[in-house]
Amino acid sequence: MDPINWHTLFFLLFAGIACAFALGVVFSSNVVRMAFFLIISLAATAGLFFLAGADFVGAMQLVLYVGGTLVLLVFGVMLTAQSPFISIRTSGGDWILAALVGGSMLAILVPTALMIGERANMPSAEADATTRAEPPGAIQPVAMAKEEPTVAMLPPVPVESRPTATNIGQALIGVRVDKLEETNERKRAGLAGYVMPFEVISIHLLVVLVGAAFLARARRRAKSRFADAA
Amino acid sequence: MLSLLSEPVGLSHYLIVGAVMFVSGAVCMATKRNALGVLMGIELVLNGANVNFVAFGSDFLARNPNYGIGLDGHVIALFVIVLAAAEAAVALAIVLNFYNNHATIDVDKADELKG
Repeated sequence: MDPINWHTLFFLLFAGIACAFALGVVFSSNVVRMAFFLIISLAATAGLFFLAGADFVGAMQLVLYVGGTLVLLVFGVMLTAQSPFISIRTSGGDWILAALVGGSMLAILVPTALMIGERANMPSAEADATTRAEPPGAIQPVAMAKEEPTVAMLPPVPVESRPTATNIGQALIGVRVDKLEETNERKRAGLAGYVMPFEVISIHLLVVLVGAAFLARARRRAKSRFADAA
Repeated sequence: MLSLLSEPVGLSHYLIVGAVMFVSGAVCMATKRNALGVLMGIELVLNGANVNFVAFGSDFLARNPNYGIGLDGHVIALFVIVLAAAEAAVALAIVLNFYNNHATIDVDKADELKG
């Protein structure tokens, strides 16, 4: 038996938690439980980011997402947790329709993911050969289809931890230090980094701050026709 | 099953996790009648996309180095996280406003603009 690959083991652990609790969010009808499941799912996603070598993004996922956004959501749940709204049931017809749409989306995405993962493990020439489009109207000989071309897979890249925080910080102020020695002309594009998106997102956050404060400001509660009906 | 444990993790593993999270989020957005449930679906969708960005940005998931997008994936994932935080803040403000005005958070009751 081959030795256990611990990277894979931890990946499977975190991936299982993330997917299981994401499904829990879908199938639970209690909004408080949904919020709790979402927190677990997103925290496990942070673990996946760490395993993919994205240490800074994983940390930001924990700090901003789990610590900020989801706490905001939990506050929203608490502020609106009147007993009729804690669990609002979905009708059976909606479930059937959603299962159809979700199932067909999954049926498209999973084979695509497998195909891309396989192609990403081949050398470029073989990957190009497998995707070269057949000329329209060309009839495949039956004998051709029978033999499966065996393509050589590249050897696995060793998993190693390389800190990314410095490079990300430099990229945000406009220097791509990780690309300075890049020889591939196509990959040298975007050497200027991310100053412009960074500035745009700063203004965006300011606008969001003002907008959210304006929308959520305290006001006298209006008498509602729904409250009368209920 | 045992080979699953001894094989190295590849790009497709991550893409499948991203696909499952994305589909869960989309179904959640479509079926929940609680406005906060719809918001949670959006968060799941954004995270599914983020998993894909980080997977393509990783140095060792794809064996062919031409498949990696390197640091770009990390930076885009960071922008997605920030945008999700901003979106959640505004959407929550809108939901609270709706709750104050209508005393409900059932999105099916938000039909005043229906023709």
